[in-house]
Amino acid sequence: MSYEPKILGLLCNWCSYTGADLAGTSRIQYPPNIRIVRLMCSARVDPTFVFDALSKGADGVLICGCHPGDCHYSEGNYKALRRFTLLKKLLQAYGVENERIRLEWVSASEGQRFAEIVTDMTERVRALGPSRIQPALHTDHAERCP
Amino acid sequence: MSDKKKLQIALYWGAACGGCDVAVLDTNEFILTVAEVADIRLWPIAADGKYADVEAMQDGELDLTLFNGAVRNSENEHVAKLLRQKSKILVAFGACAHMGGIPGLANLTTKEDIFATAYLNNPSIEPGNRTVPRPETKLNGSSLEIPTFFDRVFKLGDVVDVDYFLPGCPPAPEQVKNVLLAVVKGELPPRKSVVGASERTVCDDCKRTKAEKKVRRFYRPFEIIQDSTRCLLEQGILCMGSATRSGCGVRCPNSNQGCRGCYGPAPAVKDHGAKFLSALASIIDSKDPKEIEAMVGQLPDFISFAYRFGMPASILERTHHR
Repeated sequence: MSYEPKILGLLCNWCSYTGADLAGTSRIQYPPNIRIVRLMCSARVDPTFVFDALSKGADGVLICGCHPGDCHYSEGNYKALRRFTLLKKLLQAYGVENERIRLEWVSASEGQRFAEIVTDMTERVRALGPSRIQPALHTDHAERCP
Repeated sequence: MSDKKKLQIALYWGAACGGCDVAVLDTNEFILTVAEVADIRLWPIAADGKYADVEAMQDGELDLTLFNGAVRNSENEHVAKLLRQKSKILVAFGACAHMGGIPGLANLTTKEDIFATAYLNNPSIEPGNRTVPRPETKLNGSSLEIPTFFDRVFKLGDVVDVDYFLPGCPPAPEQVKNVLLAVVKGELPPRKSVVGASERTVCDDCKRTKAEKKVRRFYRPFEIIQDSTRCLLEQGILCMGSATRSGCGVRCPNSNQGCRGCYGPAPAVKDHGAKFLSALASIIDSKDPKEIEAMVGQLPDFISFAYRFGMPASILERTHHR
């Protein structure tokens, strides 16, 4: 069986989720590798969610929010941007490739753009191969100690 | 022989600096009271007692074991398992046993690199000297063994079932006292609890004035003359108080140092570093990606800061295959 990456999508309710919805209702084709979770705002993305996803088998995480200036809660997307910038640095130190996490602004009218982002990200993550963070590895202590 | 009516206790150190044992001694004259009500059966740093004595004990003969230090080598693991078997209550004492502690930072590198730095490439090593330790050495027909160094550092809970966790680097002597008293009186909370700490965060207990947090630049402590009444984070000095469990008595911020997170994540926090990252990044006062990037660049080696005491307890490190 060929390798199919699993990507978690964390989408804000007001712009990006509606954008993804538009991609669907417009019947725009994009890879089925993304699993979408709707959040109220991209600022709701706690770095813990990303760690959890990666440790439970996600090969990549895509976070989408409203364009700068358009946040429903005025500044949530800027908070997401700040956290994302530091998160990327931390993940790099863990040895996680930068391309596995991505932050994009998608408005409610950008169904086409959403489909393009998902297609592009799926291909990039596919090229990287499975994440080195292995789910359920090291659960048994006997395996861990030489 | 031991007096069976007395409380039977053991204190042990795994991969540790000895500071936790000093924290026990820092209870001052209280330790003499402990000696009155308890038999200290093993305490390598302060009292006699051999592993063979522990091996000869019945299972559950010890009422209480305070285990400090991480599990770094085969000796640490052997004694941890032995003491687990012999103890009714096993307490992970201090940050290393609780979360991996400072030794846990070694999980950011490899066993081979550590070995090379210590024995091969260190500037203080005589050129050409290749004396290195080996797990087993044969000499005159007999064999000498030393403990095996593991690939990574474990917290005590990774190796054995732990009953209670007493955080801190080192635990505050007052808290050590409280926990020992609780054991004597039989007033311990449910198993698996964190004891000798509070359910609040360090920020909750910190007396510094807190206003709106917006930071234009991060400072290392020596780069700035700080205002000792204002929140350190608001002054751009890294402080983990917002994500860290209290109970320490706010020792660091009271001494004009940012909290380093030794008491571990606040209750209900799953990953200490992730929560701190979230809090810290959100106070950056900029909307410009380039500026934000530059500010993040002022945090060299952020991972070691965010997980100074808890690398082996972090979500990703637990699962990361190197």
